[in-house]
Amino acid sequence: MLPFKLKPEIFKPSRRQFLVGAAVAGAGLSISFRVPSARAEDAKAELDPFNGYVTISPDNIVTIRSAHMDMGQGCYFGIATLVAEELEADRDQLRVEGGAGNIKYYGNLAFGGAMQATGGSTAMFSSFDRYRNAGALARTMLVNAAAKQWNVPASEITVEKGVLSHASGKRGTFGEFADAAAKEEVPAEIALKPRQQWKLIGSEDFRRLDSREKATGKQDYTIDVKLPGMLTAVVAHPPVFGAKVKSFDPAPAKAVKGVVDVVQISRGVAVVADNTWAAMKGRDALKVEWDDSAAEKRGSTDLFADYLKQADAPGTVAANRGDVDGAMTKAAKVIEATYQFPYLAHAALEPMNAVARKNGDVLEVWGGHQMPDIYQGAAAQIAGLKPENVQLHVMKTGGSFGRRAVADSDVIVEAVETAKAIGWKAPVKVQWTREDDMRGGRYRPLFVHKVKVGLDEAGNIVAWQHRQVGQSIMAGTPFEAMMKDGVDPTSVEGVSDQPYAMSNFRSEVVNAKVGVPVLWWRSVGHTHTAYVMETMIDDIAQQTGKDPIDFRRALLKDHPRHLATLNLAAEKAEWGKEMPKGTFRGVALHESFGTVVAEIADITLEDKGGIKVERVVCAVDCGTAINPDQVRAQMEGGIGFGLGSILHEELTLTKGQVDQTNYDAYLPLRIEEMPKVEVHIVPSDEKPSGVGEPGVPPIGPAVANALASANGKRVRILPFAKGLSA
Amino acid sequence: MKLDINGQVREVDADPDMPLLWAIRDVVGLTGTKFGCGMAQCGACTVLQDGVPVRSCITALSDAEGTKITTIEGLNGKVAEAVQTAWTQLDVPQCGYCQSGQVIAATALLTDNPKPTDADIDAAMSGNLCRCATYHRIRAGIHEAAKTLG
Repeated sequence: MLPFKLKPEIFKPSRRQFLVGAAVAGAGLSISFRVPSARAEDAKAELDPFNGYVTISPDNIVTIRSAHMDMGQGCYFGIATLVAEELEADRDQLRVEGGAGNIKYYGNLAFGGAMQATGGSTAMFSSFDRYRNAGALARTMLVNAAAKQWNVPASEITVEKGVLSHASGKRGTFGEFADAAAKEEVPAEIALKPRQQWKLIGSEDFRRLDSREKATGKQDYTIDVKLPGMLTAVVAHPPVFGAKVKSFDPAPAKAVKGVVDVVQISRGVAVVADNTWAAMKGRDALKVEWDDSAAEKRGSTDLFADYLKQADAPGTVAANRGDVDGAMTKAAKVIEATYQFPYLAHAALEPMNAVARKNGDVLEVWGGHQMPDIYQGAAAQIAGLKPENVQLHVMKTGGSFGRRAVADSDVIVEAVETAKAIGWKAPVKVQWTREDDMRGGRYRPLFVHKVKVGLDEAGNIVAWQHRQVGQSIMAGTPFEAMMKDGVDPTSVEGVSDQPYAMSNFRSEVVNAKVGVPVLWWRSVGHTHTAYVMETMIDDIAQQTGKDPIDFRRALLKDHPRHLATLNLAAEKAEWGKEMPKGTFRGVALHESFGTVVAEIADITLEDKGGIKVERVVCAVDCGTAINPDQVRAQMEGGIGFGLGSILHEELTLTKGQVDQTNYDAYLPLRIEEMPKVEVHIVPSDEKPSGVGEPGVPPIGPAVANALASANGKRVRILPFAKGLSA
Repeated sequence: MKLDINGQVREVDADPDMPLLWAIRDVVGLTGTKFGCGMAQCGACTVLQDGVPVRSCITALSDAEGTKITTIEGLNGKVAEAVQTAWTQLDVPQCGYCQSGQVIAATALLTDNPKPTDADIDAAMSGNLCRCATYHRIRAGIHEAAKTLG
């Protein structure tokens, strides 16, 4: 979702950075520690024991506060695993909540600790040391407290499944020692277990904590937040991007039974009612006149025509090696290809929403807080409060796929502005409908790629020129600071840093200016760069009569992780064996967010000219696999998510208006198109990287390459539903 | 208006044109049934009406009156328990938002057809969208539940 590259070991925890507090009698042990950060001088929250990582209460519950939002990817479970491993806690006593509002605790270490964010598949990378240390510290202090009480050496106390015990027969639970432990001195040193002693990390038997709740309908999301007196608002949004409210007549909306208020906010007109249906009906009745003089009125067809033209002229250079132009002139053969990728909607199943409530000088906001500091700041500004007076309740969300990490805090702003506009007289839930969500922008940007590859007589790549045209996600947002020389890394990731050996290589990008808001969409730039790189490489192999896996191997000699992952997939899929008649296969390999994934797709062709993906064999190297079954789950889901986008999904505009407004026209994958998936994890002792996104990029090109192996057809206009007939 | 939800007859004070979904969620206060699309495209709002899965987002209250509505909160019996146990054992859910609907649809399928094939599953579950694409495990979960039910 967020694009950042993982940085190597930037965090060295120091014992002195831990803080321990027992705020009130009976609060038990609460473990936090500081992270050096730009805002470390903000000392107030530092002493708040309720904002820590782990709290052990006298009732024997271990509450873990996660620095990362769980949108389904399972990071709460991953973090709980890290704490429990060192704490020696019992699974049944673990609870996980979202933590927010203290950058020093929750700053994402993959981004230098400077902001709290869930994205870029970084949760486990950022949490690996942080939460093991927290667990180890809590265990050490519990043991020290027990040692004192039992009058035995701490070294003789063992801890297992939430119970402290001593050979003398003394036993006690965490809860019994929670208060005493909070009074212990913070130890000067704590040691983490060596990997050989891990019981939970890497275990197949330690299972996800929230499956039962989710299978029984007990999991609450933002849409389920109920507060006394709460009102629900539905917002009339501009029909085209960039339009503003000119005038509106609230009377017909107010005439709807249940409608309480109709108020203008910065992003439209909010109809506030005592239930969701009344708010929806009120909005239907509302009459708004829009000023669309500054709005984007082009359609997708216009944008593609414009981008294709722009792709003829050089762009800003993102990477450049050797002499591409010289080598291209001398090439024996030149292959050229142009690709078109549509806008894509996140289309998470829970439409966007947030709840705001102000009491006195404290504002609370419930929502999918994927970038909490930004949302806290935005909410504080609207309410005229200090950020620390804004309390964020981090809800689990019904998906996100990047959609809830928005620099302008869109739905959070709507909820807080609406609550303010009605004079803070009641808590307000702003609930988008599916149509709001689909029409709401923040799409995966529409892109054109134009690639020119020079080959020598033997079919070796001698020059690669790669030009992209598309909107920058970062430009015009606070993330612009991460752009270098006009290049948005989220546009070119996967091309500019591609791993194949090429001495003459150039990656260029043109930042298109379009008034359609764009955003990170699960695996971001890799959604299109992997498709282009992996289908081009495959095309070259095919055109020069080489085996696609052997061809890649030869170009990856300096990339042992890529090679090992590719080889594992090839071995498990029995690459090279004769396929049943009518079954064809294709391979793709791609690194994103520090994780390397290879996928081999087996397809059959349907009578109507369509394709059916029957089976996918996936190999993944994500460093240490904290929860192997969850790694598999993310690969399975990533494959389904990516496959839907490649086969059917497109969000098109006509004269600036979105054409697909619900799931009848915007088509995520359904069960009948889900292939069988087999996931194999490359054994690794390296620090974990992420798995939320990296399963997505390879599936499209693997399927495209399978189709080309069947009939030579290269799909270069996405989705397949369009490109197959192009 | 009187509605029989999960075996309990309740007086529901709502506009007659309010879809059953919003009556269940906002008036009765049972939130396990989810809103996803409002037009019977995603299945997140699936409930049982006299044992048959229906999309509550397009079910009129007047059509629900006099029938027995079962939401995820009231789902019980050995088939439902087998499905929910399989869902837990295989860790089917990711975000979980669609899973109330998936579990209800799977329970209805297994009640009708105790040994469904993959094709039967695809046909019965096609209307239940899962944006996390947990379909692979939904299939496995249904087969597992079928196995435990004998």
